[in-house]
Amino acid sequence: MTDQPAIAARGLSAGYGSRRIWTDANFAIEAGSFTAILGPNGSGKSTLVRLILGLLAPAAGHIEVLGEQPRRGNPRIGYVPQGSYFDPELSVRGRDFVGLGVDGHRWGVRITGTAKANAAIAASIQSVDATGYADRNLGRLSGGEQQRLLLAQALVGVPEILLLDEPLSNLDVRNQQSMVQLISDVARRRQLTVLLIAHDVNPLLKHIDHVLYVAQGRLAMGKPDEIITSESLSRIYSSPVEVLRDSQGRVFVVGLEEEVSHPHG
Amino acid sequence: MGDLFRYEFMVHAFEAGTIIAIVAGAIGYFVVLRGSAFAAHALSHIGFAGATGAVVLALNPIVGLLAFTLGAGVAIGALGNRLRGRDVTIGIVLAWTLGLGVLFISLYRGYATEAYALLFGEILGISSTDVVVTLVAGVITLVAIIAVYRPLLFSSVDENLAAARGVPVTALSIGFMAILAVAVTEAVQVVGVLLIFALIVTPAAIAVRFTSRPALAIGIGIVLALAFTWFGLTIAFYSPHPVSFFITSLAFATYVAVRIVEPIRARATKATAQKATA
Repeated sequence: MTDQPAIAARGLSAGYGSRRIWTDANFAIEAGSFTAILGPNGSGKSTLVRLILGLLAPAAGHIEVLGEQPRRGNPRIGYVPQGSYFDPELSVRGRDFVGLGVDGHRWGVRITGTAKANAAIAASIQSVDATGYADRNLGRLSGGEQQRLLLAQALVGVPEILLLDEPLSNLDVRNQQSMVQLISDVARRRQLTVLLIAHDVNPLLKHIDHVLYVAQGRLAMGKPDEIITSESLSRIYSSPVEVLRDSQGRVFVVGLEEEVSHPHG
Repeated sequence: MGDLFRYEFMVHAFEAGTIIAIVAGAIGYFVVLRGSAFAAHALSHIGFAGATGAVVLALNPIVGLLAFTLGAGVAIGALGNRLRGRDVTIGIVLAWTLGLGVLFISLYRGYATEAYALLFGEILGISSTDVVVTLVAGVITLVAIIAVYRPLLFSSVDENLAAARGVPVTALSIGFMAILAVAVTEAVQVVGVLLIFALIVTPAAIAVRFTSRPALAIGIGIVLALAFTWFGLTIAFYSPHPVSFFITSLAFATYVAVRIVEPIRARATKATAQKATA
């Protein structure tokens, strides 16, 4: 591990055309840390992902990914896109899908290095406990099984950063917990930096080091227990936000969603 | 059986049919995977206007066919794979170009036979020059499919993911439709514009019901397309009925048989599994 942050942003603004989604973000994601990206719908969480992947250029400011400019197709990032679940009619074997993570971006067909690729694919599938169904049709697998194979696909290229855009949103509570546990275990074993976008912080609380809040055109980062408090979120967003905790330690953030749906209210 | 190859036109029919079946079986897999069956169907119909237009201008109909399918293919590819309402747009263009085709037929008197051949295929009228042209076009299409195989598979399965990995998804979508346009133009010679589905879509649609391994599915699709073409030609040789009828019927019958057998097989597997756990 080096001291260099995995991702660093200085005065970073993002937007499309003249419209700004959020502005003046300054943060550093520690290498090997697990960060949850939280915030209301449409606040610009996926925009941040697009910047990191090099699919969108910053509107202003700087962003560095592993000490370099973001670039499309960066093999040092393993990515699971938002809303990735497969049509039941899609007839592609899970193992072949994971194989696309190895060399799916290359032209032609795989001629050399087949044995090496197959070993890497099998190892990646094994690391997410998906061996039992990897030879079945992707479209016919459950949401949890598909998510595990998506993760295997992201891991197969031996990345340094894992970028997961809402990997939990189609899962039930039990599957959410086992998925987060799996991500956390794999990340620790391989010393990966994890950025995970989520709607609900609760399944993540035990595992994350930092929270990156995206709301109302601003980004704020900190430790979960520092940032997810009524005082802190109210100060960051200069509006009353309430953080409620129930008897089991679950947190509920109230106030941010309303502000976004009535921006001028 | 020896009679079959005594006639030159039958030899040519088998040669061209074989090349076209291989191309159709291969590209068909991606047509099914990308959900572009309607686009493939539309390409052939739009090509019909080009072919009839070429005849009016005293050009080879294949030239007009290729020009129109290529133009339409590139336009459809540029619309993107995931665009909602894409099929409606394609259908609107399709209806207009078929109208153009009707106009062109009316402009050219005594054209009924050629229009009939375009609509339903004329594999028994293929010359040795046509076979060579088909072979060249076939090799080009196959090489193109092999060249884009991995990124095309990637973007067909998950376009967002492929784009993030650096795959040029829009260019690929256009390139794929251009390859399909050439394949459709070739296949029109065998089954005609109206029956293109039987060679390009049906074999692949059957293949993906047998396997979810992409390379194997392509292989099965090619074998099925070859079988439909060869058996169709053979049966037609000994009967007074058109080849296209036999090719399409074989394709249809196989598809129906697979759809009937599949749930029975699935139930049997389930029953065995339940017995094992009980």
